[in-house]
Amino acid sequence: MTHPSDTGPAPVLALKGISKSFGAVRALRDVSLELFPGEVHALAGENGAGKSTLIKTLAGVHRPDAGQVLLDGAPVVFHGPGDARDAGIAVIYQEPTLFPDLSIAENIFMGRQPRRALRRIDHRATREATTALMKRLGVELDPDRPARGLSIADQQIVEIAKALSFDARVLIMDEPTAALTHSEVARLFGVVRALRDQGAAVLFISHRLEEIFDICRRVTTLRDGAWIASEPLDGMTEDDLIRRMVGRDLAELYPKQDVTPGEVALSVRRLTREGVFTDVSFDVRRGEIVGLAGLVGAGRTEVARAVFGIDRRDAGEVEVDGRRLTNGAPSTAMAAGLALVPEDRRAQGLVMDMSIERNIGLTGLGATVRAGLMDRGAERSRSLDWAVKLRVKYARIADTVNTLSGGNQQKVVLAKWLATRPKVLIVDEPTRGIDVGTKAEVHRLLSQLAADGVAVLMISSDLPEVLGMADRVLVMHEGRLTAEIPRTDATEETVMAAATGRAA
Amino acid sequence: MPDSLTRAVRWDTVVGALFVVVLLLSFTTVDGFGNALNLSFLIGNTLPIALIALPMTLLVVSGEIDLSVASTAGLSGAVMGALWNQGMAIETIIPLCLLLGVVCGLVNGLLVTRLGLPSLAVTIGTLAAYRGIAQIVLGSDAVTDFPSAYLDFAAGRIGDTFVPYAFLPFLVLLAIAVVALHATPFGRSLFAIGAGEEAARFAGVRVRRQKLILFTVTGLMSALTGVFWALHYASARYDNATGLELSVVAAVLLGGIDFDGGRGTLGGAIAGVFLLGALQNVMSLRDVSAQSQIVVTGALLVLSVLGPRVARQIAVARAGRRAATAPDPKTPAPTS
Ligand SMILES: Nc1ncnc2c1ncn2[C@@H]1O[C@H](COP(=O)(O)OP(=O)(O)OP(=O)(O)O)[C@@H](O)[C@H]1O
Ligand SMILES: [Mg+2]
Repeated sequence: MTHPSDTGPAPVLALKGISKSFGAVRALRDVSLELFPGEVHALAGENGAGKSTLIKTLAGVHRPDAGQVLLDGAPVVFHGPGDARDAGIAVIYQEPTLFPDLSIAENIFMGRQPRRALRRIDHRATREATTALMKRLGVELDPDRPARGLSIADQQIVEIAKALSFDARVLIMDEPTAALTHSEVARLFGVVRALRDQGAAVLFISHRLEEIFDICRRVTTLRDGAWIASEPLDGMTEDDLIRRMVGRDLAELYPKQDVTPGEVALSVRRLTREGVFTDVSFDVRRGEIVGLAGLVGAGRTEVARAVFGIDRRDAGEVEVDGRRLTNGAPSTAMAAGLALVPEDRRAQGLVMDMSIERNIGLTGLGATVRAGLMDRGAERSRSLDWAVKLRVKYARIADTVNTLSGGNQQKVVLAKWLATRPKVLIVDEPTRGIDVGTKAEVHRLLSQLAADGVAVLMISSDLPEVLGMADRVLVMHEGRLTAEIPRTDATEETVMAAATGRAA
Repeated sequence: MPDSLTRAVRWDTVVGALFVVVLLLSFTTVDGFGNALNLSFLIGNTLPIALIALPMTLLVVSGEIDLSVASTAGLSGAVMGALWNQGMAIETIIPLCLLLGVVCGLVNGLLVTRLGLPSLAVTIGTLAAYRGIAQIVLGSDAVTDFPSAYLDFAAGRIGDTFVPYAFLPFLVLLAIAVVALHATPFGRSLFAIGAGEEAARFAGVRVRRQKLILFTVTGLMSALTGVFWALHYASARYDNATGLELSVVAAVLLGGIDFDGGRGTLGGAIAGVFLLGALQNVMSLRDVSAQSQIVVTGALLVLSVLGPRVARQIAVARAGRRAATAPDPKTPAPTS
């Protein structure tokens, strides 16, 4: 094994002059990249820059239109993800691809379960290996639990475990941390560092720049499918990196406006869902941005779902502008002025096979109607309007959303909900997978909405985002609200202490 | 044009073209096909399939299916016959039969939406149950002596044209269905449910209510078809319309309605219905046995599930080739 300090001139994996187009979209143009053993290499770029496409090309999911993939200096052609795996390349894709009806353990060891005599699957060994992996990652997930119903963060953990479960020489991770909180990320990085020290090459994608600076040594930047630079991170600042990605300087990332809160717009009283969360009470006032923090699994998403009416509540009340919401009825919640941007954009936020236009239009079915019939002109202009406002990068508004990059899909979800002009906006991981430039835009948008009198409840695993944007931070721990911290007192320490149950 | 639409339109076109080809071939090569009387028979015999295909299309678009439609039609006919035998007025009987259809549909809908059972399983069960009740109600009787005004309406045609009287109300129902599916928020929500039920729910679509409405309307239309069937063939028997569900599903899928939901047009479905109707008519004229006709229907069913998929694969392959030769990112991709 090569020692990390003497990487030498031989890259384990290299891309040379890769180009790839989808129809008229040139996702990659003549991109080259070298991965050395014992290094963690960052791949940076805005949404739609081509990062995921690069990875899929590397792993054999896409065939490049031009260019070569070199493994140990020799050209290889992978015909599918299986080939890449056999060559010792583990890939975590941006969107989890678990089989919902299989257990976590079965998902992790899909197709290569430990065997007993007569080629029978050794379920016990599979389960134990899974438990060991989970321990390495520092999470508690029952190996026998089916993948269906796992939160995005948990799905991401399972994908990570899957990639770690075989001894890869090359580990490729496309936004593995997007849904994770600080402590899970720290664990993951511990594991990655250990792999790196054993000589593995790691390619890492994240829109959280501090993570890139934390764990990576070099960075390759893409812009609009073109290679911009490959360089050491040493001596670079976040602003330098942003300039590479965006091509210009960036305005403030957390443009929080000071607003004097108005009346209570969202009032949650003693909300309980048995076995999930208990006795949760809080208010959000007009003009306020309230952050909801906590570790993965603390119950934040579940509270949001129950407030909006996706899940029924077992006890408690929800009021929007003084109007009590019917239990388990999102349509009445919407009518009262509530909007929820859900965490899982692929399953909950978007109908992937429908066009951008129709997806945004879905929340406006009551609004873009004339004499009981769809007013297609109104529907289109409403959708276009919001797609443009949020700067969604698309070829045609009638394209299906599954052709968009992850971040642009997220923008469509935001567009679809902002188009309802809500009084109360709940956003669950609003910037998951969104690039810094757009993140700043989303923050500006949330801040502007608040200034216009919208009450915003923001669930986020990105602690700097919570600290930067929230007027108050509510913290959940194991299904209970454990702290309410005003902006002036909210720091990484105070929030983490409450989130881990140390301060409660 | 959205991908999904292009695909559907293309398959629609294929089915439409196929329909025209079959018509032309039949006109020129099949004796007795082209005269107005036979054409009116063709339309009249296809109407039961067409009537049920309307709500079935909406159901399949929303990702569900109802296989009990033919049994509901049979039950409605049997009840009609039994009540007629009891001396009840036809004006009272028909609304009662339609009401019965609503109940049959509601039962299906409630089992699917409240208990969360798959509609395929639920309606296979009620397929057997409703037919069983029909047999209990009417036994092996055949009731034929309905009022002649009703019989004439259901079997007759306008003058010497090829247009059956019953075709006119069908056109009204067709127009309603087209508008409901393609021009109302309700229809929009059905496509969303079929393509991504969870996302539709998160967007405030009342998924269970919409499905319940669909199953209920399907029951109503099936009962209406049962009434029409008994009058059209002047015979109410418990086994009326047996196996009709196969023809309906085959026709709807043939018309490009994706079995997985979320894709398709009513125009395509109706083209599929009349293509199937024309084929059945030609086979009857050529003295093809009923059993062989079922084989053909089954083969069409397989073709109709395969066809759109193959068409899509070709489209993807073409898009790939286009991508490889795309000269300049500024050129918009040709819509094909
Ligand atoms: N299957 C596809 N069909 C058509 N266009 C595609 C497809 N996959 C990707 N694209 C386009 O290619 C470009 C690059 O997308 P890619 O997913 O690689 O971006 P990314 O850098 O990973 O962005 P993000 O940070 O949002 O994940 C985008 O413009 C996207 O719309
Ligand atoms: Mg990506």
